[in-house]
Amino acid sequence: MAGADEGNEILNEFLVESYEGLDQLDRDILELEQNGGSTETIGRVFRCIHTIKGTCGFLGFGTLESVTHVGENLLSRVREGTIKVTPELTSVLLRLNDAVRGMLQRIEEQGNEGNEDYSALIDTLAALSDGQSVAIAPPVAEALPTEAEIQAALEDAADLNACEDACEPPRLGEILVDQGLVYPADVAAAVHEQTQGANARVGEILVARGSTNSDAVKQALAAQQDARGGHVAEGSIRVDVALLDRLMNLVGELVLARNQIIQSSATRSDSALLGTTQRLNLITSELQEGVMKTRMQPIGNVWSKFPRVVRDLAVTCGKQVAIQMEGANTELDKTIIEAIKDPLTHIVRNSVDHGIESPRDRVLADKSPEGRLFLRAFHEGGQVNIEISDDGAGIDPARLRTKAVDKGLLTPEAAAKLSDRESLNLIFAPGFSTAAKITNVSGRGVGMDVVKTNIEKIGGTVDVASTVGAGTTLRIKIPLTLAIIPALVITSAGERFAIPQVSLLELVRMEHEEARQKIEMIYDKPVYRLRGKLLPLVHLNHTLNLEATPWPNEPGAKDEAISIVVLQTDGMPFGLVVDRIMDTEEIVVKPLGKQLKGITTFAGATIMGDGRVALILDVHGLAARADVLAVERERAASDPRDEQKASGEMTQTLLVFSGGGDSRMAIPLSEVARLEEFAPDIVERTGHHEVVQYRGSIMPLLRLARVLELPEAELAPEALLQVIVIRHETQHVAVVVDRIVDVVEVAVTVHQRRRPGVVLGSTVIQGRVTDLLDVRQLVKTVNEDFLAVTELAGASHG
Amino acid sequence: MADLTQYCTFHVAHLFLGIDVHAVQEVMRPLEMTPVPLATPSVMGLINLRGQIVTAVDLRRRLSLPERPPDQEPMNVVMRTDDGAVSLIVDEIGDVIEVTTDAWERVPDTLQGEARTLIKGVYKLQDQLLLILDTSRVALPEPSLAAV
Repeated sequence: MAGADEGNEILNEFLVESYEGLDQLDRDILELEQNGGSTETIGRVFRCIHTIKGTCGFLGFGTLESVTHVGENLLSRVREGTIKVTPELTSVLLRLNDAVRGMLQRIEEQGNEGNEDYSALIDTLAALSDGQSVAIAPPVAEALPTEAEIQAALEDAADLNACEDACEPPRLGEILVDQGLVYPADVAAAVHEQTQGANARVGEILVARGSTNSDAVKQALAAQQDARGGHVAEGSIRVDVALLDRLMNLVGELVLARNQIIQSSATRSDSALLGTTQRLNLITSELQEGVMKTRMQPIGNVWSKFPRVVRDLAVTCGKQVAIQMEGANTELDKTIIEAIKDPLTHIVRNSVDHGIESPRDRVLADKSPEGRLFLRAFHEGGQVNIEISDDGAGIDPARLRTKAVDKGLLTPEAAAKLSDRESLNLIFAPGFSTAAKITNVSGRGVGMDVVKTNIEKIGGTVDVASTVGAGTTLRIKIPLTLAIIPALVITSAGERFAIPQVSLLELVRMEHEEARQKIEMIYDKPVYRLRGKLLPLVHLNHTLNLEATPWPNEPGAKDEAISIVVLQTDGMPFGLVVDRIMDTEEIVVKPLGKQLKGITTFAGATIMGDGRVALILDVHGLAARADVLAVERERAASDPRDEQKASGEMTQTLLVFSGGGDSRMAIPLSEVARLEEFAPDIVERTGHHEVVQYRGSIMPLLRLARVLELPEAELAPEALLQVIVIRHETQHVAVVVDRIVDVVEVAVTVHQRRRPGVVLGSTVIQGRVTDLLDVRQLVKTVNEDFLAVTELAGASHG
Repeated sequence: MADLTQYCTFHVAHLFLGIDVHAVQEVMRPLEMTPVPLATPSVMGLINLRGQIVTAVDLRRRLSLPERPPDQEPMNVVMRTDDGAVSLIVDEIGDVIEVTTDAWERVPDTLQGEARTLIKGVYKLQDQLLLILDTSRVALPEPSLAAV
């Protein structure tokens, strides 16, 4: 069986090498198109096809051989300079590349080339190498041409003439001179010395003569090596990814063993052991770092596909797009690279398809006909930032709002309330596509919402900024690695849990007394006012069915501080109440077994320093389980105020106050004449009524707590009375309350009607049950008594 | 001459059970365990087996047997599966025994329910019955998980 294995090995090697060659080929062909390409590039393209042709003939793949054969013929003409590089030619070359790739894929999958018919391609290639022009299908007129192209073509021709000399690798001396490291005269002298019989290399002679230093020569040698066909691979070897994964696991185990040794050696007074432990510690850390590095790949590996994607797409859309990249060597963990590949491709396609305008529109808008797509990657704060920006038409927030309303995603009122920035984020809403017409390029159901979900899945965030007419920028932030993440360790019901730091906004700690006041209940759902905004609270003990811990203001609550971990998922903040916040740690994420895959509240598990396992919370799953998302989504879609407005309910401005005891009450602000503070000693009595003199008349004074039979607040004798002056028709009444709370604008939904009386019913305002008072009734109770008294008084006078 | 198969045996409640010796990675004394909230009842928790996180499945609960008395120290039978290692929590470890295929019989039809799907068959030993567990099924969560 050794023969078969050997055969397979040769085949595999052929496949791997050919794929690598094709990746390079893609880039080279595009370079040819853009810059006419150097002779070196043309040489590389030729060699790649040549090598594939040679090997596949040997392996007996006839179709592949015949296609590459005509391709090789054509390329040899190009290399000779008899055929010029035209857009037509590059298109055909790209098709050749695709055909070869397709066959290689079939060879990999099925062991043969398949039966696809390539005769059309072969004919085209043959025709081109005969110097005929072939009408091929870039469907769009390569309209605005092109002075640059003509220029490039001319330069090309010149280059090609120079080819014969330049195909030789440049000489060391030339490189040094080019780089400005030595004077040409010195090189000439050195070469002269060499030809005179000095048994040394030019570089050595230069250094010996003091014309330059050895570093410069080394650099130049490296450059020379590069130029000799781009083979820089000698310093690297190919390693199976599975092996790297195993190494990573082994290092993980080593880290744990080390931790245990450190713990146990700390209790002994063996200095030799301590010393060894210390070294073990250092070496393990370095090893861990090294193995982590082997999994890192430059983001350029993903980007390298984009020039081709952009070119093809631009041709189909009839646009001109130049792609620029910065920071292609920014490194990311392999698994993350794989995870962002599709979202990034989608964004890039979107930018070309929807972002950048047609050359005509661009010229009309006073821009260069060629659009610019700019990719940038950089490290920042332990995260990788990726920016994709175009200088296209930008996104019009007003159009987005209209669209959202048309699609029924938002009510017109809610849409009108969105800021421009919020509106831009609508592109991430499910079911939203901004393209006026659906093209076959993007907008096939896989929208930006999927992009956002995929990026969030790996702990990243995505944000959009756009200026109408000037372009759009998408900013993605992702962690460096998924294997080791910073996490906040907390305890709940005696167990430790880790919370990935990416979802963490802030921590809030309150003593029991404070928590009792500041945590309010809407029915049985607690909320906390975080800088004026309601933050729904979720107790981890409840969500995980650990303990039925009561909320601070519920009976049975223990007198202890409360810790809130403010988290965010899907842009919705919520507060997770935990028993104790411990520390932040770098944790190694390990997957859970199949038995636990169905539990969405956990993202995995990790091993803590003491060797015990701790679960990692999945913030999104947790929020979903606690119903945070359902509630918040509705709220995001339409603010409750708008919702009620839309359904035809009147909003009212209410004055909210505390009437006695802990009760909250409200009356329409329109009924309130003034808010006053009266010194208690101005209150006078008439009959058994309290009155005050107010603006020249007698105003009855009503202590609300007494009317409603609520406990009256104990006031210091000199404390000012909080008074709401109510005007009803011509009558003023002073209502004494405990405390004025707030003025709010809400839609009044009366939850329950009690027996008709002063209290009209109850509603929830700012998360508190609030009694609505009927002002007419209130005034009437006063009037019945007080007016009778005044009438009586009038009668006795009269 | 019948084929010989080796089984790693253990006791769970009144049952004498076995799994193919090749599926067994190792047998361990009790390890510190982290319970998993919301998990199906048979999942006792997660253990750290030299850096590998292993789910521990309580065979008593998995086989719908009465709970283990608290004073009884259980043992871990760590078993390899396609999805990594799984630890079966058993009462007591038995010997590795060799049986001949002619002592094999199917589970009688009178045995119904979840247990039937987990027990592949029976070996009639001289003084007792050895029930062979279906290792791939035992490692799966019980059907009730769907309801969680």
